[in-house]
Amino acid sequence: MRKLSNLWWVALVLCGLVLPLLMTNPAYRQIAVYTLIFTACATSWNMFSGYSGYVNLGAGVFYGTGAYSTGLLAEHLHMGGNGTLFWLVPLGGIAAMIIAIPVGLIALRVRRHTFVVITIAIFFVFQLTAINAGWTGGSAGLPLPFIPWQASYYQVPFYYVTLGVLIFAVLLSAGVRRSRFGLQLLAIRDDEDRALGLGVQVAAVKLTGFVMSALVIGMGGAIYAIFQGQIYPQFAFDPIFDITVALMCFFGGFGTLVGPIIGGLILESSQQYLTVTYSNGSLYLILFGVLFLLVILFMPRGIAVYAREYWTRRETKAQADQAALAVGGQS
Amino acid sequence: MTTLLSAKNVSKAFGGVHALNDCSLDVAQGSITGLIGPNGSGKTTLFNVMTGYVKPDAGSVSFDGNDITGARPNKVFGLGVGRTFQLTRIFARITVLENMLVATQRDESWLRGLTRSKSSPTEVVAAMEWLDFVGLAKLAKLEAGSLSYGQSKLLELAYVLVANPDVILLDEPAGGVNLTLINIIGEKIKALNAQGKTFLIVEHNMEFVMKICDTVTVMHQGQDLVAGTPAEVRANPAVLDAYLGGGEDDDDVEELANG
Amino acid sequence: MHAVIDGVLTGSVYALMATGLTLIFGVMNIINVAQGILVILGAYLSYTLSTHFGIDLFLGLLITIPTMFVVGIVIEWAFVARLKGPEKTAMSILVTYAISLVIEGSLNEIYSVNDVQLSAWYVNKSFLLFGVYFPYIYVFGFLLAAGLLGSLYFMLYRTRFGASIRASLADQSAAALVGIDVKKVSTICFGIGVAVTAAGGMIYGATNTFNASTSYDLISRLLTIIVLGGMGSLGGALVAGILMVTLEDLVGVVWSPIWSTMSFFIVLVIVLSIRPQGLFGQKSARVA
Repeated sequence: MRKLSNLWWVALVLCGLVLPLLMTNPAYRQIAVYTLIFTACATSWNMFSGYSGYVNLGAGVFYGTGAYSTGLLAEHLHMGGNGTLFWLVPLGGIAAMIIAIPVGLIALRVRRHTFVVITIAIFFVFQLTAINAGWTGGSAGLPLPFIPWQASYYQVPFYYVTLGVLIFAVLLSAGVRRSRFGLQLLAIRDDEDRALGLGVQVAAVKLTGFVMSALVIGMGGAIYAIFQGQIYPQFAFDPIFDITVALMCFFGGFGTLVGPIIGGLILESSQQYLTVTYSNGSLYLILFGVLFLLVILFMPRGIAVYAREYWTRRETKAQADQAALAVGGQS
Repeated sequence: MTTLLSAKNVSKAFGGVHALNDCSLDVAQGSITGLIGPNGSGKTTLFNVMTGYVKPDAGSVSFDGNDITGARPNKVFGLGVGRTFQLTRIFARITVLENMLVATQRDESWLRGLTRSKSSPTEVVAAMEWLDFVGLAKLAKLEAGSLSYGQSKLLELAYVLVANPDVILLDEPAGGVNLTLINIIGEKIKALNAQGKTFLIVEHNMEFVMKICDTVTVMHQGQDLVAGTPAEVRANPAVLDAYLGGGEDDDDVEELANG
Repeated sequence: MHAVIDGVLTGSVYALMATGLTLIFGVMNIINVAQGILVILGAYLSYTLSTHFGIDLFLGLLITIPTMFVVGIVIEWAFVARLKGPEKTAMSILVTYAISLVIEGSLNEIYSVNDVQLSAWYVNKSFLLFGVYFPYIYVFGFLLAAGLLGSLYFMLYRTRFGASIRASLADQSAAALVGIDVKKVSTICFGIGVAVTAAGGMIYGATNTFNASTSYDLISRLLTIIVLGGMGSLGGALVAGILMVTLEDLVGVVWSPIWSTMSFFIVLVIVLSIRPQGLFGQKSARVA
């Protein structure tokens, strides 16, 4: 098994740091910010759903909670339109974690197939509340203090903040994977009842994983809110967000560390690009759907897994060839 | 000899089917006890009741003097009762070594699990020892799903053992494996028994049972019919009746009769 | 009172579409999230038939139902049948979602994103019975749904093929063992599950304005219906479908329309907390 060595990771981070300096077109920078937000959310989503096998299709709950709590806090604390708003980002993440506790307690009681649907149902409860309740601003949405940075510069701070969140998400996910806790999640994925029989505290482990995944997604929502300057309930709680995050992980490699990153980078940037280029028609929907279909059918466990298997096969063949040579035969 | 694990007057019905009907079983400490009976006699159900996977309608189960009736499987495992399953259950997508490591953690709080790394050196050493014992040490880094059926049976045995249980319930350990492997499994059981471990084994393979068990209990239609040494059981006419009455177990009958 | 009647009438139409969905899940363990957009596709087909060819909506069903049946078979054969492995169900969500995106995009291109609604003489007209106004279209819709569901049940319980479906529904491997061609049954079930969307689509299209993105609301309703009823339970889908609409209408009347949609989701969450398998679902077997 060939995992990405640390050198690759460092290279990636360096690229990430340098990118905004190379991209001067604000439209591209905007795509980059969204790409980073989604990639961070996907990584965090994968940390629970990928490792445990409990596919959560209501991640929008965390995202929207992060967004709305940021907006509400900004309003109540009378915050101005400047960089201090970024302090709300971790608070948004924490708010999402708090919400994740009761949601998780309800949703994790059911078995996997039902879990998927109940997360959707809970998501819609949140969305409808946001649309209809007074204190969320209703369907008119919630405004945030607008940060009057120069238009050509606007995206840059957001980019770096989000990059920081992404790096944090990856470190967190890697840490979980290496830990005992992560092993238990994986065991739950393969055979939950057997794990229970072996003494794994399944319920506690699942809930913890679920709540942990809410942190970064909530932060993503918070960043989105500040970036946009205005929260609309149907975009903060967007069913497409739910599916997209899951999609990225399946596309890139479900349950792997690097999978959501591949998925996020490719899918989100291409989706944004297509939306911008073909904004008149719904061609991008078709293209997106087709692309996705092809990957699912031919590489159902995601690109990363197939890449890894491909490398393993090459290595094994190379070893076999070497061995054959050593014995004196032809390869 | 003290009784380590016992079931007393256990009854369990699933809908209209009486799987267990006032069944009792004693497992003496340090023994290798066999549990045989025609298909449908309730052997696996009894296992499930004794290990907490199924709650009995009536009766009790006790381990080492403590009542464990209805206790949940992880608690039973934590007390020192390990079991394997008829259809081997391993964690397919993690490595063989990692499978072992899941079992080493039974005494830990999940919260600590967040900060602790997957494996401490002592655990790896212990795990590798057991893997070596069952002959799987070389395959430690392999994904468990790629093991053969026989190998996964050995893995399941190993990870139950790694938690150092006092009594081990084996559900058809010789099922579906070749003769060599059956002998190996038999040897391992005897070796462990020599170290003081108690075994309760459900099996259809009469030769296997007769060879390694000290006592054998025969079940029939949810009840314990006869208990005694292999020789006694083999000669008991009621046992032959039970098998003949069932009809489908001609092989068992033949083995029983020919010894 | 009116709410209850509407609940039964409209609910049965939702029940019809949900039955298709739960049938697919029960037999194949596939969650077809494209069901929503397929309903819309059926509605658009009826629309084209009626506006371009002047065919009456109900008569048009003779064309749309078989068409959608074929569409279902093609989808199953080309895409769904390739899904295997432990993640099959989760993958099916993604595959069918991708398919729904393609269909949605195509529909947007062909029909534009403007809302449309099907029309005929019986839409928007009602008759008076026992002091209550019954809109014709709802009654016809109910009769259609009842008729189709009835024939579905008839097929399931009175024909050999139906028996093989029920066997596959109960236990796939056992069914295969007794010689049932599970693959064929699966394909045809998928076809049936999709075919009912033609009928449901027509009624829905006649009673609501719609465009391609209405499918999201639809599929979330359908999914929650089958989960409430118990995934794989046909009777459950029926009960839950009627329950959903009745509940929504009652809440809308008694309280306020704003909360009616949400009340259903809340009921779902409550029910699932107490009874995770839904009203009529089977409890997942625990362990050995």
